[in-house]
Amino acid sequence: MGDEKTGGLVVIWITIVVGMVLAVVPMPQFAPVELGFLRPDWVAMVLVYWIIALPHRVGILTAWLAGIVVDVLLGSLIGQHALSYVLIAYVAASLYQRLRMFSVWQQASILFALLGVNELVGFWVESIAGLKNWSLWYLLPALSGAFLWPWVFLILRFLRRGVGMT
Amino acid sequence: MVRNFSCLEVNRIKALFLEETTLDYQLLGLGLLSLVFVFVDHTTNWLDGSRSALTIVTTPIVVTADLPNRSARGIEDIFSSREDLRGRITGLESELIFLKVKTEKMAALTSENNRLRGLLGSAAKLQDNVLVAELIGVNPDPEEQEVVIDKGAEDAVFVGQPVLDSRGLVGQVVEVTPFSSRILLISDERHSVPVQVLRNNLRLIAQGTGIGQRLELLHVSSTADIKVGDQLLSSGLGNRFPVGYPVGVVDRVDFKPGKPFAEVLAKPNAQLDRSRHVLLVFTESRILEKANTGFEKSGKRGG
Repeated sequence: MGDEKTGGLVVIWITIVVGMVLAVVPMPQFAPVELGFLRPDWVAMVLVYWIIALPHRVGILTAWLAGIVVDVLLGSLIGQHALSYVLIAYVAASLYQRLRMFSVWQQASILFALLGVNELVGFWVESIAGLKNWSLWYLLPALSGAFLWPWVFLILRFLRRGVGMT
Repeated sequence: MVRNFSCLEVNRIKALFLEETTLDYQLLGLGLLSLVFVFVDHTTNWLDGSRSALTIVTTPIVVTADLPNRSARGIEDIFSSREDLRGRITGLESELIFLKVKTEKMAALTSENNRLRGLLGSAAKLQDNVLVAELIGVNPDPEEQEVVIDKGAEDAVFVGQPVLDSRGLVGQVVEVTPFSSRILLISDERHSVPVQVLRNNLRLIAQGTGIGQRLELLHVSSTADIKVGDQLLSSGLGNRFPVGYPVGVVDRVDFKPGKPFAEVLAKPNAQLDRSRHVLLVFTESRILEKANTGFEKSGKRGG
């Protein structure tokens, strides 16, 4: 039982780390710079999936820890991503039973809202620190994240079932 | 057995409902903690220690993310033909000779300059040591012009250190961790560098513009003598960047009638979005400063 649990945790953290790698992987040279604005918050998506699927193993604390690591990774203020991940983890953990009943595209629309809140909180923290001006373009990553959600969902579900975590 | 079963039963029931109150407490506690962290990190540097400790976790992530790029170049090398390589070698050899000649001339000029400066009694000497570093990461946010390199505190990199590439000024180090450091490029909106025009020594400030990777010259009076094609060098004022490194070339001058300042844009000399190797500069004054405070690290650098 204990081994199974730690094994599951390892798999969960591996997927989170893969999300982090995708968050910093450089764009190819030939791609236009503007493509960078479409990069979704992979870590947030992975966290939301695991919270919906295994709410007793992955929760607000995991989201917070992942957020701190992402803050160091991206060089943002420590606590910025941690705060936004904690917020969306809270919403996802409160709604997980309803979210499980939804179809993937319905989930994607909820995810648009969640990722939008994620971007908004990030922007809010940065604006307090006096770093940026608001524009609606900041919601682009939320949009691309919502469109990519079905694939993230299917891949992670396939992985979870393959490993046999319930 | 019975006890085990009942335990399982309890687990089952628990699995249906997450404890709402625990969630609330976690949200409150961790949310507040994050806010405190943001505040502390913004106003003080107390968290810098834990930040550099955590980079031991994040540096492998950055290196992994760079792997596709790296292996693509490796494969390119494997499949490049013999003729291509020969062509490249001859090209490089001729360039090497050309540069050697230039360096010899430069060395003579440097020694002459130093002698003259010595005659004038000036302490500043023209001799900077450099350390080559390789790019391992780019900030994914296109608005933040930052890159990560593979040299850190172990190689005596320090915050505020100027960074060059083969063509000009790249930026400065803003964060040092044991094995990597973060560089703010001169094209970032938060960065400005004191420059002077090569042609007439007009002193100006060049601020980054963000996405376009351009430099904007601030407060150029509408009567200033500046035109398209002027080369900008670092002026060394502010004691952050060394004197005389190329920064950019003016490529747009717009004198607006009725406005006190002209709108002037410059294109950086350095290949900010393309160069994979950068040079970290150890300026003479810094080395002297180090020598005065203690000679522990500067010996490692050698040349």
